[in-house]
Amino acid sequence: MIWFFRSFLIVLSLIVLFGCRPSGKEGVVITVAGSTSVQPFAEKLAEIYMEHHRSLIINVQGGGSTAGIRSVRGDAADIGSSSRDLREDEKDLRETVIAWDGIAIIVHPKNNIHNLNLTQLRDIFAGKIKYWSELGWVHKSIHFVTREEGSGTRCAFEEMVMHDVPISDEALVQDSSGSVREIVAHDPHAIGYISYGIVDKRVNALSIDGVELNLRTIKEKKYEITRPFLFVTKEEPHGLVRDFIDFLLSSEGQRILEMEGLVGVR
Amino acid sequence: MKEKIIEKILMLLAFSAIGALLLMAIFIFKEGMPIIFKVGLKNFLFSAHWAPTKGYFGIFSMIVSSLFVTIGALIIGVPLSLACAITLTEFVHRRLMRILKPTIELLAGIPSVVYGFLGVVLLVPLIRDYLGGPGLSLLASSIILAIMVLPTITSISIDAILAVPYTYKEGSLALGATHWQTIHMVILKAARSGIITAIILGMGRAIGETMAVIMVAGNALKIPTSPLDPVRPLTSNIALEMGYAAGDHRAALFATGIVLFVFIMIFNVSANIITKRWQRE
Repeated sequence: MIWFFRSFLIVLSLIVLFGCRPSGKEGVVITVAGSTSVQPFAEKLAEIYMEHHRSLIINVQGGGSTAGIRSVRGDAADIGSSSRDLREDEKDLRETVIAWDGIAIIVHPKNNIHNLNLTQLRDIFAGKIKYWSELGWVHKSIHFVTREEGSGTRCAFEEMVMHDVPISDEALVQDSSGSVREIVAHDPHAIGYISYGIVDKRVNALSIDGVELNLRTIKEKKYEITRPFLFVTKEEPHGLVRDFIDFLLSSEGQRILEMEGLVGVR
Repeated sequence: MKEKIIEKILMLLAFSAIGALLLMAIFIFKEGMPIIFKVGLKNFLFSAHWAPTKGYFGIFSMIVSSLFVTIGALIIGVPLSLACAITLTEFVHRRLMRILKPTIELLAGIPSVVYGFLGVVLLVPLIRDYLGGPGLSLLASSIILAIMVLPTITSISIDAILAVPYTYKEGSLALGATHWQTIHMVILKAARSGIITAIILGMGRAIGETMAVIMVAGNALKIPTSPLDPVRPLTSNIALEMGYAAGDHRAALFATGIVLFVFIMIFNVSANIITKRWQRE
């Protein structure tokens, strides 16, 4: 028995030793931590940026906007990413808006409703408005689709639309924007929310308070459910961090972001 | 000497399988237990308020959903599987059975994501259009799971029925019983321990299935009141939220795993006990 455990331990330690060895690439590391909504875009940009700068390693992590901002303050990360505005007690940090994202409220193309206000939207997701007839359409129950707990899009939706009202238990829950869109594209009585970037022809994006959703209304912040994607640094960015942020704001960086479905800042 | 070495190597391999299971169990419990102690076992199991990012960890609705979905799958799946098993053993030619049984077993080899996808594309719209509700529902998950447990239950039941001594059947027919009477009064009764084991193993598969269910269940947190309501079983809860979970939220998902683990343990142990008890009779 002892013999068995000893050989087991040896094997285990070998795995740990060789499995975790760094790949041998030496270089400077920039850590970007924070919003899970920003993460895929930051990863994409970091990947392209690293192709041009071989000696640089950009490490992109999730964890949420608040955690990202906190880790910048604690020097655990060089850049914090946030998908919400800075709060009052975070204003001492430097922020750079790298892009805008509008959250589209989508319905089936057959749906007669083209405009909602924020109160109606909140009541739908709180489970207070249960039938489309209450909004002036057919007497069918509303199938509202939300994202899973912890998702960045859900967090932004809760903050900008729901305020302190919880989303009803009856909501259908999907774990990606793609599957929310899939449900809404097939169910005439469904409603859901997704990032502006992945709205396509199979669903209708509603106007909010009479403001249509498009690039311009997002850029001018007229569309109400718009959120900034921020890069937050402890002090005015300098050196390599400055270079990376400049790359994001350059026409190439912005073009990549727009290709991925965000709205650029230029 | 050489034989000794090979013996030791084989033993090491056998132990490594048990070791893996043990390590997994230890890890799940280590990660999940603290949050159960923190919110209290009673609150964790019997509160239906799940809002992990806001500090509420109640999985009651998911336990109920898991049980409903499993029971639903059995209600639909068991009669089908048993009918399948009886037909194949009693009413078709042996040679045909040797072709059909592997075909049914092939169903078990189809990846669950394919079942889920078929469910979303074919079954969900049918339910939505003809029965109402959002389509993603308890009923849809039960039907998909019923098809998924079909090969397990059918195949083990066939083996159980074939294991019944032929003399029983001859004796029953000689006493004047019809073929059907012989089947349900003699053969099924003699094979019942195997059939019950088959059903319990099918239950284990149904309650543990994740991917297919997550796609067709709708994942709503409410305790279902009708078969057309969306549900969120335990497995879906873990898979759905693990992506962004951190801290207590992540621990609560591991704790959900503990509950699932206990369920499946209960199923397997009771399958073993039932088999043993009836074998003794």
